[in-house]
Amino acid sequence: MSSREFITPLTQTPSGARRQAVKWLLAKLAPGKTLVASIPTFWLALFFLIPFAVVFKISLAEPAIAVPPYSSLFEWDADLALATLQLNLGNYLFLFEDALYLDAYLNSIKVAAISTFVTLLIAYPMAYMIARSSPSNRVILLSLVILPFWTSFLLRVYAWMGFLKKNGVVNELLMSMGLIDQPLVMLQTDFAIYIGIIYTYLPFMVLPLYSTLEKLDGSLLEAAEDLGCKPMQRFFLVTLPLSMPGVLAGCLLVFIPALGEYVIPALLGGSDTLMIGRVLWDEFFLNRDWPRASAVAILMLLFLVMPIMLLRNAQGRREDRA
Amino acid sequence: MQLNDSLQQSVSEPSEALPPWSRPGAEPFVRIENVSKNFGDFTAVDNISLDIYQAELFCLLGGSGSGKSTLLRMLAGFEAPSSGRILIDGQDILAVPAWKRPVNMMFQSYALFPHLSVEQNVAFGLKRDGVPRAEVKQRVAEMLDLVQLGHLGRRKPHQLSGGQRQRIALARALIKRPKLLLLDEPLGALDKKLREETQFELINIQQNLGVTFMVVTHDQEEAMTLSTRIGVMDQGRIVQVGEPHQVYEYPQSRFVADFVGSVNLFEGLISEDEVDSVRIRSEQAGAELFVNHGISCTLGQKVWAAVRPEKMRISRTRPADGDNCIRGQVDEVAYMGSLSVFRVRLVSGQMVRVTKPNMARRFDERIQCRDEVFLSWGADSCVVLAS
Repeated sequence: MSSREFITPLTQTPSGARRQAVKWLLAKLAPGKTLVASIPTFWLALFFLIPFAVVFKISLAEPAIAVPPYSSLFEWDADLALATLQLNLGNYLFLFEDALYLDAYLNSIKVAAISTFVTLLIAYPMAYMIARSSPSNRVILLSLVILPFWTSFLLRVYAWMGFLKKNGVVNELLMSMGLIDQPLVMLQTDFAIYIGIIYTYLPFMVLPLYSTLEKLDGSLLEAAEDLGCKPMQRFFLVTLPLSMPGVLAGCLLVFIPALGEYVIPALLGGSDTLMIGRVLWDEFFLNRDWPRASAVAILMLLFLVMPIMLLRNAQGRREDRA
Repeated sequence: MQLNDSLQQSVSEPSEALPPWSRPGAEPFVRIENVSKNFGDFTAVDNISLDIYQAELFCLLGGSGSGKSTLLRMLAGFEAPSSGRILIDGQDILAVPAWKRPVNMMFQSYALFPHLSVEQNVAFGLKRDGVPRAEVKQRVAEMLDLVQLGHLGRRKPHQLSGGQRQRIALARALIKRPKLLLLDEPLGALDKKLREETQFELINIQQNLGVTFMVVTHDQEEAMTLSTRIGVMDQGRIVQVGEPHQVYEYPQSRFVADFVGSVNLFEGLISEDEVDSVRIRSEQAGAELFVNHGISCTLGQKVWAAVRPEKMRISRTRPADGDNCIRGQVDEVAYMGSLSVFRVRLVSGQMVRVTKPNMARRFDERIQCRDEVFLSWGADSCVVLAS
């Protein structure tokens, strides 16, 4: 009996056998896994990476009066039988020379940052209340948050114009209540832009916040209370730190589209509002300078990607340390 | 109703040696007076009065929905009683919000803050009280040493094993030196071996610190090992309070007898009622059962004779002694190593559970399935219950 134990191959020990089984299983599953992963990869490649490469290519070209309105990067030299590559970094350099672009970028960042912050301030109590309400009420409240999506975004922005204009609903109401004598100028100001952005992107902030707050373990709050936390302290020491993933997700979901927003500043903002989405539009459609417009777009993408990468790195490091 | 009064003979020891709950005039540390809690139509806690003494380790034992957790949460301040009073160390605490009570709780899920390190978790309560930084540091270190996890202070809760998390939760609840520590199923999430080790550690810590513990559990074994006294709860009421051996050996009702340990119940009628003995005619047992202590009952009254499985002897031949002896056939045998459990079918069809320690290693004389056997027990092994 005992001699048999010695000649048993190592792979037959329980852990060895298990390892083999896992290997076998992985080998079996791998093709399916690849297939599943390849669909979104393919989708991203087709609709994000290729267009991005095209835009990047255009940004390195020179404007030309032609169709399409830019020069080709490759030029076929018949004499030398050589293809030459012509890269033009001038579009990028110009963006740093003309203060217009930097101002537009900075102003966009400012508008996006302020509206993200205000959205957070409004959305947090909403999400908190929804997460705390009874399951049946939750469904109703959540659908109320999502409901505006059922109407066209453009229509809703136009509706805001009706609210904010000189003889619009808000001014009429305030005047009839006797709070103001003169109608307030709200449309075509930065104020209207903020209103539009905050209103439009509020659900994107509420939903991720709700999902983290809803998952928050109630016994943690009780433990905090048990250990001597007053309600306010409890919020800042437990609820808020534990909802940070939702706060970050919501902020990114609002900040990124707000940064490149074109429609809202165009419709609600004044003519002097300088935002990068608008500059992009002007370059593209008014100046018909596709290469420069592409350079503006690429640079904006870099501005967006960098904070996200830094954030992800920071998160990764935190998890490594933990 | 308990009928076996004469069994619990009064002990003539000096009163100093007695535990406080048997000492007349001893001042209780926690007083629960006529406390009820209703959730809508549902009565979770039904008019409970309970006294708990300083440095006790009191266990509330009951099934799910028995109201034990609700009672604990009322002591912690997470629920307000619908009526009644709760006093701790003479102070009525119902007006005191949870965050100010001299009570701390160890949660069933441990409820460790996932975003804080072990040290920060343990220090949490002290920091809220504004204890100076140096003192916090020192007390946290002491507390972590007490639970033998001084080396893990910088870890996050998710990096700890279940047993380690349990100790951190205990350390965090103890660091504010509460007058009363509430423990909600403290060992429920641990595996069996770890649970047994931790039980004794918990008792050690409790005795060293002298803090009054109140434990809620559904595990009768846990309640028996841990506690100085057990309160058995059923449907919002406390049905019996006593030391572990009292609750086990002298249950006052069929519910307690059945809930704490396992028991064989034989329904029967009193057929002979003497001063110091009774006989019970039981059709279920198929015999007249003899009990050698007097009980307060009337002739012909319906009672239940309760016999614990380990108090019965099982044999293939009719035993020479034994006041009570019934016959049956072995239906099932479960060999559990240290002991064997037999399920025996009586002539009446009733199943009886008998355990027998495996004293010898020999296998040949084992009682096996379908063997005809005799079950016998002494006249003092049986408790007579009227409800």
